Amino acid sequence: MSEKKLAIIATKGTLDWAYPPFILASTAAALGYQVQVFFTFYGLQLLKKSPDLKVTSLGNPGMPMPLPMPVLLQALPGMQAMMTYMMKQKMKSKGVAGVEELRAMCQEADVKMIACQMTVDLFDMSRDDFIDGVEYGGAATFFEFAGESDICLFV
Amino acid sequence: MSDFDQELDASGLNCPLPILRAKKSLASMDSGQVLRIIATDPGSVKDFEAFAKQTGNELLEHRDEGGKFLFLIRKS
Repeated sequence: MSEKKLAIIATKGTLDWAYPPFILASTAAALGYQVQVFFTFYGLQLLKKSPDLKVTSLGNPGMPMPLPMPVLLQALPGMQAMMTYMMKQKMKSKGVAGVEELRAMCQEADVKMIACQMTVDLFDMSRDDFIDGVEYGGAATFFEFAGESDICLFV
Repeated sequence: MSDFDQELDASGLNCPLPILRAKKSLASMDSGQVLRIIATDPGSVKDFEAFAKQTGNELLEHRDEGGKFLFLIRKS
């Protein structure tokens, strides 16, 4: 059986949306896939040395809330920090891995992580902001691998 | 449950940690050796079946002991 390939584009930089790319990448690697993740736009936050990821219920009516709360209240200062804190507590209590833990497992399993150079420049980010082992490239770099992948996901 | 060479307690861990930890444990074992896994994540039942199928490691047995799921996997 030749090695299968999984290509993922990670575009979101919130705590909740950090999970799909890292869970899928680490699991696929454990199943023997060769995996590449291309981080672009807000997804670049997931590659930061100390990612400070947050969640928000704004614009997300699907988020389960401990009690019903009008949207305007959800926009008050401190709400985002509180929701992030609650989400992290919840994850801890349910045995859900931390984002950095999953990311480390991806790296250990040789998941190749590519940062989109164009958006790194766009947001005036520096390569020093990111963890070691990240490669830098553009759309063509992504297609080199994605074009031969068995599964290709946009997150 | 029959003999095993190594045990992994993945109790309290959620997807995908039991699979990732199992993979790690198997990597340190020899071909033919058996790993026993204890998990509490109900999703792990289907996940370990799928893991075995895709990696070629044989799922010898799995049992539900009142909320604890036990798996025996033989390394290919």
